[in-house]
Amino acid sequence: MTPSVVIVDDHHLFRAGVRAELDGLVDVLGDAAGVEEAVLAIVELEPDVVLLDVQMPGGGGAQVIRDVVRSRPGQRFLALSVSDAAEDVIAIIRAGARGYVTKTISGPELADAVRRVAGGDAVFSPQLAGFVLDAFAASGQAPPAHVDAELDQLTAREREVLRHIARGYMYKEIAARLQISARTVEAHVSAVLRKLQLSSRHELSRWAVERRLVD
Amino acid sequence: MTAVPDQPPPLRRDRAGAIAGGVCSALGRRLGVDPVVFRVAFVAGSAAGGVGVLIYLLAWAAIPAEGERRWSPPRVPGSRESWQVASGIGLLVLAVLLLFREWDLWIGDALVWPVVLASAGGALIWRQSAATPAPPAARDARGPRSGGTALGRGALGVALVVCAGVVFLYLNDALRPARDVLLAVVALVVVLTLILAPLWLRLARGLAEERGERIRSQERAELAAHLHDSVLQTLALMQRRADDPKVVAGLARRQERELRAWLNGRPAAAGQGGTFAAALQSAAAEVEEAHHVEIDVVAVGDCSLDQDAEAVLGAAREALVNAAKFAGEHPVSVYAEAGAERIEVFVRDRGPGFDPGAVPGDRRGLRESVHGRMRRHGGEAVVHTGDGEGTEVELTLERRP
Repeated sequence: MTPSVVIVDDHHLFRAGVRAELDGLVDVLGDAAGVEEAVLAIVELEPDVVLLDVQMPGGGGAQVIRDVVRSRPGQRFLALSVSDAAEDVIAIIRAGARGYVTKTISGPELADAVRRVAGGDAVFSPQLAGFVLDAFAASGQAPPAHVDAELDQLTAREREVLRHIARGYMYKEIAARLQISARTVEAHVSAVLRKLQLSSRHELSRWAVERRLVD
Repeated sequence: MTAVPDQPPPLRRDRAGAIAGGVCSALGRRLGVDPVVFRVAFVAGSAAGGVGVLIYLLAWAAIPAEGERRWSPPRVPGSRESWQVASGIGLLVLAVLLLFREWDLWIGDALVWPVVLASAGGALIWRQSAATPAPPAARDARGPRSGGTALGRGALGVALVVCAGVVFLYLNDALRPARDVLLAVVALVVVLTLILAPLWLRLARGLAEERGERIRSQERAELAAHLHDSVLQTLALMQRRADDPKVVAGLARRQERELRAWLNGRPAAAGQGGTFAAALQSAAAEVEEAHHVEIDVVAVGDCSLDQDAEAVLGAAREALVNAAKFAGEHPVSVYAEAGAERIEVFVRDRGPGFDPGAVPGDRRGLRESVHGRMRRHGGEAVVHTGDGEGTEVELTLERRP
């Protein structure tokens, strides 16, 4: 089954380019150039995945997520951005995106990422994996005592999986190297995503607050 | 032991235990009685006709002081102590004045009170302006607070003098005509404020807006200049070289890197004395430019560029060059984790891979520049490769404490 997508980006050339690259790989239902237009289009077209630009006028991708989940709480978002700044990446993930890829990604890779997000998995670019490892570094500031400590730590296995992603390995390759199933790799990544979204670690909050996307 | 324990201490005014002049605490110490007894006695004496004050003043003059003044230079007095002293002196003067008034040695309320207030304020102001300014170093050592205290003292002096003037005028009934004038002035000020306030506010806001606009246009000019120098030039170059995709891709990558560095506020090129992560980034950029291969660098943590880090960096650069040569069309991935205890670098390409055993012995690149260098610094280089599955060079260096 080919997943359906809506492309949200304020850059017309880029929307056209992504449409062309994804042609035949996924089912592009439509696109939108702004926050309000995007919310209307997503609610109407009900795509499996929304390809979402991070920086747009009118609140950016995070605003789209916040507005859409009110009427479509299960909507899945994949952030697609030229920005490689930690605060952008972390902020959109914490707003609710299930993955982050940079715009230099190739068409087939992007289609693969869309399929995985549509299937409920998380998609981490090497850069995002690096940010997460940085944020959860053992030497980092101790988390506040009242929060769930489990959310503020990565397990050794999760760390190992993330390191492999950062090194440029695909899930399949990671599974082969760590001698676990691809499903297990995906489970680890999803667990990391959950921690990323729910943890109140100082670094994550700081990055998000710096972009004023989360208060 | 030379001191005789039975002998009472000499009669000295004890600054440390003093409330006003230290007379009571001196007497108390000398006679071995709680100074409160003398204090009560003096207060009672002062109330009963003022004799206590006179005696106290005489005793104060007669009894020599002991020890260093707690609030004297070079130590700066805490404002609390100096205010205690000041209020003590003030109360003493007040007591003497009341005594004179009681004895009818008095010129008249209308003159004495203003004069007292004025002289107190004048003394404060004079002290302030007569004091030689401290040398900058001493001022700094005193900290920023002393300036504020001095200012406060001066202001208090001025307030006292003004107060004296007003009291004098009031007591001499000179204020009555002034009151009418004052009322008119106040009314005028209120009316003018009501009329002019919106105008003034608008003016102030307009000025702020204009300033903001100026800053914005300056920023815009700077941005335009930067984009012109970099992006537009590169775009023009790319149009001219449109027939060579490798060159175009390389130009685009280089421009992207420059622009990112600029947007993130990093200098375009990491100079000497930078950190390991920055140096690795710029090494990757150089290799990328030289070999027209995309290199993605992910760095976690960072450390200073000491000898060990330099060694890892050199090995990593060599591994990068190798990877760039054999990677083909696929991007090269670099992952680095740097910290106080260890540095790890992974350089990975998706090229055809090779058989390490089949590398001729005279190829020094991998053997010397990577393995040898890591070994010399107590590190290790491992190469994972195989036919068709790419190559990964893993550099690990445990740092010596």
